[in-house]
Amino acid sequence: MKSLEDLKKLRDQSLKNMQMRHQVGGTRIQVGMGTCGIAAGARPVLNKFVEEIKEHELKNIVITQVGCMGECAFEPIVEIVDYDGTSSIYCKVTERMVNEIVEEHLVNHKRLDRYLLSSVKR
Amino acid sequence: MLERMQILICGGTNCLSSHSKEIRAEFDKVLTETGLRNEVQLVMTGCFGLCDKGPVVIVYPDETFYSHVSVADVRELCEEHVLKGRPVGRLIVKDPIDKQKIKNFGELKFYAKQKRIALRNCGNINPLDINEYIARDGYLALGKCLTELKPLEVIDWMKRSGLRGRGGGGFPTGQKWEFASKSNDPIKYVICNADEGDPGAFMDRAVLEGDPHSVLEAMAICGYAIGAKQGYIYCRAEYPVAVERLNNAIKQAREYNLLGKNIFNSGFEFDIEVRLGAGAFVCGEETALMASIEGQRGMPRLKPPFPAVKGLWGHPTNVNNVETFANVPVVYLKGPDWFKAIGTAKSSGTKVFALGGKIANTGLLEVPMGTTLREVIFDIGGGIPNKRKFKAVQTGGPSGGCITEKSLDTPIDFDNLIALGSMMGSGGMIVMDEDNCMVDVARFYLDFTVDESCGKCTPCREGTRRMLDILNKICRGDGTMEDLDTLESLGNMVKDTSLCGLGQTAPNPVLSTLKHFREEYIAHVVDKVCPAGVCPNLTNFIITDKCIGCTKCVKNCPVGAITGKVKQKHTIDLEKCIRCGACKKACPVNAISSKPEDWKAIVNG
Repeated sequence: MKSLEDLKKLRDQSLKNMQMRHQVGGTRIQVGMGTCGIAAGARPVLNKFVEEIKEHELKNIVITQVGCMGECAFEPIVEIVDYDGTSSIYCKVTERMVNEIVEEHLVNHKRLDRYLLSSVKR
Repeated sequence: MLERMQILICGGTNCLSSHSKEIRAEFDKVLTETGLRNEVQLVMTGCFGLCDKGPVVIVYPDETFYSHVSVADVRELCEEHVLKGRPVGRLIVKDPIDKQKIKNFGELKFYAKQKRIALRNCGNINPLDINEYIARDGYLALGKCLTELKPLEVIDWMKRSGLRGRGGGGFPTGQKWEFASKSNDPIKYVICNADEGDPGAFMDRAVLEGDPHSVLEAMAICGYAIGAKQGYIYCRAEYPVAVERLNNAIKQAREYNLLGKNIFNSGFEFDIEVRLGAGAFVCGEETALMASIEGQRGMPRLKPPFPAVKGLWGHPTNVNNVETFANVPVVYLKGPDWFKAIGTAKSSGTKVFALGGKIANTGLLEVPMGTTLREVIFDIGGGIPNKRKFKAVQTGGPSGGCITEKSLDTPIDFDNLIALGSMMGSGGMIVMDEDNCMVDVARFYLDFTVDESCGKCTPCREGTRRMLDILNKICRGDGTMEDLDTLESLGNMVKDTSLCGLGQTAPNPVLSTLKHFREEYIAHVVDKVCPAGVCPNLTNFIITDKCIGCTKCVKNCPVGAITGKVKQKHTIDLEKCIRCGACKKACPVNAISSKPEDWKAIVNG
């Protein structure tokens, strides 16, 4: 390390690994991880979210797991609560969809209505 | 794969002794078995402060705070929390004040009134990973000092911050640095005094174990300010974990060229070595400490010359305590005015205390100066367990004194505590309740200093020994009123004539208890009674009418001296009683007494 710039670079890089521990407010991504969710493949989805968010260098996002949300037939379910409190519940999420959700919803702030629980035919 | 979850396990000595290392190993094993290992990061951190609740485990991102975790609980935590996202209710920490279960870390009242500067990273980062320290702005202060400030400006900032030595004396740090910088000697040294010896104090250990880099960074800043190239950390060998983590931190800092030659391309070079002490209390005194580093017997010498003029190997030396150093980087990161604004006018910043004794939350806490003792003991510490009454708090360890109920609302700072006849000390705070005998407490501390006196000067070597003899005599029941006067004059003499701080402060626990609890001494001497029921020769327990006949005392008596029927008043057979006090501790309604009037009533009929 030869300069203050080097140090700052290393700091920002290391900080990404610690994001999880120093988060206030921001967007919450809640992945339903009841038995039903896990059986339907929620874990790879959750991991995919972690990966994508790091790749896009998004800040102020907490990814957390929650219990069963009740609509077991539509698992894996992912709820995104934006900083303003609006909630969007995506259902039957696959790893492939995660990429799309991150890019559209989290980066461009456009809700992907066709994946929402409210718009899926029952 | 990237981790989605981080599990922080406390790796402070207190939690290590309750098997946190085995808990980590078990997590590793179970997570591997369940195929979750690469989704979860396990981090051993420094002390979280709530040692009473240890071993402590915190799960992020949801900040769930688990207490008293055992190896057997790990499987359930993995299967329930890590896999299914369902926190394990029975292990979640309860608020000691209102007994409510707390979901996350931030909600704990223990942390609500604290302000963590010296402990900013303890429990938050992995002390074995320099990158985590750097992520929290580590070494940025050093970089800033080396590239933007001249040594004189560094000292000026320190003076403006108002930081005072946290080892006990409270000497302004900036001024100390200035003295050392004024000398023209090309060889100078920086020493970190990590010889923490007060019984019950572990603030410095927590910093060294939880955030070793903060001390290294601060020592380098100090070296730059005073013109030193070499630093020593004098740490006692009884702190093996701290020593291991310090050595690891020094190695990593050298690899990153944050120690060594030409740091940040500024031409400044600085290196640090750890020196082990054998754990003598007197080596916390700076001249004795330096003698010990030089390889001589750890004995203090006369000051002046002060270390800043003639210190280690005859060269100017600056000695600061661990906690003082831990505060230093923050002064340069946030500026001296920010630091000055915290605390009181004459004592800026915060102070770390190790809270122990009769208190609900035994542990480590950091509060702004100016917080009252009442807030520390009752709000953060959670008050006194078992419905006992507060009696006194002992601050400053064997060098300090007792503070009583009526002074509890005094804001804590260096000058206020001295005015109360105690001192800040390094930060040990022992809470005592009505079951503590103050004569016995004074005897305990004096016994410690008699053992630790190096023997160089007569007042400390002989004076403290004679004082202890008198206290033993009083506790045995052979004391006279004259003894109290002798004790007082002897104490003042030792205080005035001893060579170093150890002897000068050794009589404090005796003098302050004599001042605040003279009646208790008189009860020992005149009435031949120990009101708290601690000194065996002077104690006669009796059961008062408050007794509800619950039979708890009967079950707890080791010699079967208590008899009585359920729901009827019990009695103690004083012939059989060995005065251990187990019945008094067990009694739920405080019906067992050893107060003088009751005792007299028994004797008189």
